[in-house]
Amino acid sequence: MSPVIPIQVEHGCQDAPVLRERGQREVFCGLTGIIWLHRKMQDAFFLVVGSRTCAHLIQSAAGVMIFAEPRFATAILDERDLAGLADAQDELDRVVHRLLERRPDIRLLFLVGSCPSEVIKLDLSRAAARLSQRHAPQVRVLSYSGSGIETSFTQGEDACLAALVPTLPDLPTLPTPPASATGQDAAPELLIVGALADVVEDQFRRQFEALGLTQVRFFPPRHTGALPPVGPRTRFLLAQPFLGDTARALEARGARHIPAPFPLGAEGSAAWLTAGAAALGLSAERTAPLIAPWRQRAERALAVHRQRLAGQRIFFFPDSQLEIPLARFLSRELGLQLVEVGTPYLHRGHLAEELALLPSGTQLSEGQDVERQLDRCRAARPDLVVCGLGLANPLEAEGFTTKWSIELVFTPIHGFDQAADLAALFTRPLDRRQRLAA
Amino acid sequence: MQLTLWTYEGPPHVGAMRVATALRGVHYVLHAPQGDTYADLLFTMIERRPERPPVTYTTFQARDLGGDTAQLFKDAVKQAYDRFQPQAMLVGASCTAELIQDDPGGLAAALDLPIPVIPLELPAYQRKENWGAAETFYQLVRTLVVKPQASRVRGAVPRCNVLGPTALGFRHRDDLREITQLLQQLGIEINVVAPWQATPADLARLADADFNVVLYPEVAQTAAAWLRRQLGQPSTTIIPIGARATQDFIEEVSTLAGLGTGDGAERHAVRVRDLAAGLSRSPWYARSVDSNYLTGKRVFIFGDATHAIAAARVATEEFGFELVGLGSYSREFGRELRAAAAHYGLEALITDDYLEVEAAISAATPELVLGTQMERHMAKRLGVPCAVISAPVHVQDFPARHAPQMGFEGANVLFDTWVHPLMMGLEEHLLGMFRGDFEFHADALPSHLGHAARPVSMASRDAPMHEATEAATGEPTGEAMDAAIAVQTAPIAAPRPIEVPPQDAPWSADAEQELRKIPFFVRAKARRNTEAYARSRQLPLITLETLYDAKAHFSR
Repeated sequence: MSPVIPIQVEHGCQDAPVLRERGQREVFCGLTGIIWLHRKMQDAFFLVVGSRTCAHLIQSAAGVMIFAEPRFATAILDERDLAGLADAQDELDRVVHRLLERRPDIRLLFLVGSCPSEVIKLDLSRAAARLSQRHAPQVRVLSYSGSGIETSFTQGEDACLAALVPTLPDLPTLPTPPASATGQDAAPELLIVGALADVVEDQFRRQFEALGLTQVRFFPPRHTGALPPVGPRTRFLLAQPFLGDTARALEARGARHIPAPFPLGAEGSAAWLTAGAAALGLSAERTAPLIAPWRQRAERALAVHRQRLAGQRIFFFPDSQLEIPLARFLSRELGLQLVEVGTPYLHRGHLAEELALLPSGTQLSEGQDVERQLDRCRAARPDLVVCGLGLANPLEAEGFTTKWSIELVFTPIHGFDQAADLAALFTRPLDRRQRLAA
Repeated sequence: MQLTLWTYEGPPHVGAMRVATALRGVHYVLHAPQGDTYADLLFTMIERRPERPPVTYTTFQARDLGGDTAQLFKDAVKQAYDRFQPQAMLVGASCTAELIQDDPGGLAAALDLPIPVIPLELPAYQRKENWGAAETFYQLVRTLVVKPQASRVRGAVPRCNVLGPTALGFRHRDDLREITQLLQQLGIEINVVAPWQATPADLARLADADFNVVLYPEVAQTAAAWLRRQLGQPSTTIIPIGARATQDFIEEVSTLAGLGTGDGAERHAVRVRDLAAGLSRSPWYARSVDSNYLTGKRVFIFGDATHAIAAARVATEEFGFELVGLGSYSREFGRELRAAAAHYGLEALITDDYLEVEAAISAATPELVLGTQMERHMAKRLGVPCAVISAPVHVQDFPARHAPQMGFEGANVLFDTWVHPLMMGLEEHLLGMFRGDFEFHADALPSHLGHAARPVSMASRDAPMHEATEAATGEPTGEAMDAAIAVQTAPIAAPRPIEVPPQDAPWSADAEQELRKIPFFVRAKARRNTEAYARSRQLPLITLETLYDAKAHFSR
């Protein structure tokens, strides 16, 4: 592969060619989003309509959590449903009715589509509308698809949030003052979009407050009774890179997207906060002095990891769409060299700021043919491979050091005070290899 | 539609993968949507295999459905053949691909590959994982076995095949080591072990054995029955789990191998005796006086049919427990289960609905649960000790150490594993005598398990009913211990068992007080018996006297 790539930040990767591959894809389907979403929204229940494979996937992925009174289940289709002997809509009504009878605490029910339900064209949106009417006002019923044929891994969260957007209350419009010189609307409000760890959400809230911004809301909320309002005064910041459909749905409600890199690492978090504040009318001159100490603290914490990681060559297999922001953080703040950055899907609009920050000449790939990608990885002999659990142990057995990628979705990694924790996720496997070799 | 939270088995193509992954030189091409590759994790993470399963998935997406998914499948087969050069190939569909009906078998045949290509018909909406494994193994054997021209002549040394061990099987690795060793010590040669690490060439040689040892009927019974019909090879029926079953198994293989008769009989008998004496510690452990307190401990057993039936025998005949429930999710073995349960005067519970199992466990009020990973969690909720005897299991039940269930060493492992979660004898005695100790109290976990915290105790069973109802309406705390509460907060619909019938007499305060002096592991049963006694006599109130009347009544 490539020798050392000279870093020319001014070019970035906005126009870089992307290797597009089709073939066997080693990724999760969108159903796996349920595993963290049900924890975020504590009064929601996720009912997958699918096959035994779907149920098996969720219990394998949820590992041990399945037993702690979880808030998800599968309505397994059987032969009668496929043969049309049982009316699928009636069956669904029956199942949902029994479920709600047993769990009166549910306020929001998601019917989650799967590959089998999509292929047989089971109309879950109609079912959701009907059931919503029947169970109003106690329970709202929505539907989205987490099927593998349409979504991969974190896109499940995107589909879920996009389904939730139309139900958000309207943000009241204010009487518009005579158009100001800037052409700014009256009193914009900020919405942070994407499920974040609770501790991270609290930190961001405090930091925006310290900047003097109190009109900041988070979506999804922790409780579906507290859905944030949305309207033309809404400016939204994406906290996660995989929210294309959710952003579109918000724009349809009149909200406007704030372009920014994602809040990973000290640099990313600073740029993200600055962009959010700017959208509410705070200039960078005003916010910079407040943000500087947070950023410096994060950079101090990163220094020790930089010593360990600088110069290491890293290879990303596609998994969650977090790969490009992570690659940007690892290369710019920790000095790693990027061999290949694979992503399941590349949203050029939302990632424009990230691409601009990547070292030019980075090999990007979208999609996957896993066997060919493994060939490339073996040929390149990177120091660290970021990949899913289906590949991690086999690659370790071949002598590679791996960082399993799913952990990046299940760990608080956003914001200044998690920057070093994020770096530690990458130093740990290298450190461990060294200890065991000693 | 069936509302399911936890499935005891995966879909049938996962069974096919377990067989393909166990074999060598066989590749499986699975027509499946993107995302079904999650199954790789079962092998790479739970079983910690250092290589990827030999499975190629077509991983089609929605945009492919408008196009030619059949061509996609053909390309995948061709590429898999070119890259991996297997000696035989399996082709099939997952649940979603079954709906789009691309005919993997026909498509693969059209490619005219120079190796056997075996199409798998696995109806994903009717059948499950173990059936899929059995069907796959059977199809492989059927296709690959070479039938000899003449019928086999027995050699000087008896030979057998060992059938059944797969990838992701509960303790298959160590059971196999244990049983192959045992067979060799008996002077029986092993021809082929399959599917575990067998190649297609090995499967072709299956005919070159006098009989088959079937370790796991769930996987190998179909293939073994075919081998009996086609080649006249008999197979074993006894599963060597437990010291006694191992003795019976030795007797069975000796008969099939033609040992134990003729001039070598005496020598063989001595060898068998020495084997048992040298390796089998479990019977002495169970006879030794500190196992006295295990007598009559109430045990509930659930798992796959093979392990559940075997465990029932070990629990009753070898450890002296009392069996209060026996069940399995293996519908294919319903007859065997019912027969086994009838032998213990019980009715077999045959279900794959975990809530039904949970309801049955709380109704039976056992002191020990032997089950799967799932029962481990029910037992935790109910505050009952538990040990795992069967799949489905999680990563901790694929241990690094040698931990068979079968053979004499397996029996030793069973003794340690099953007795460990129970409270030690001395502690149990002292609890019966002195209550209200600040550290060792009736609701504490056994102290040798090292938890200082209160367990998810039976305390709520002993709260007056109105308190229990209040507890049930709150946010589930994970401490819902009584069946009524556990089931109310369970996230799935099933007929709710009525825990306390309305006609039950109320408890007087002093009777409640007295009930709490009974150690928690038998308290639930005492409560149930007392209430049943009061009902049978139509008493308006349960008093102290009622409690002791009931005690006398039931101790007859």
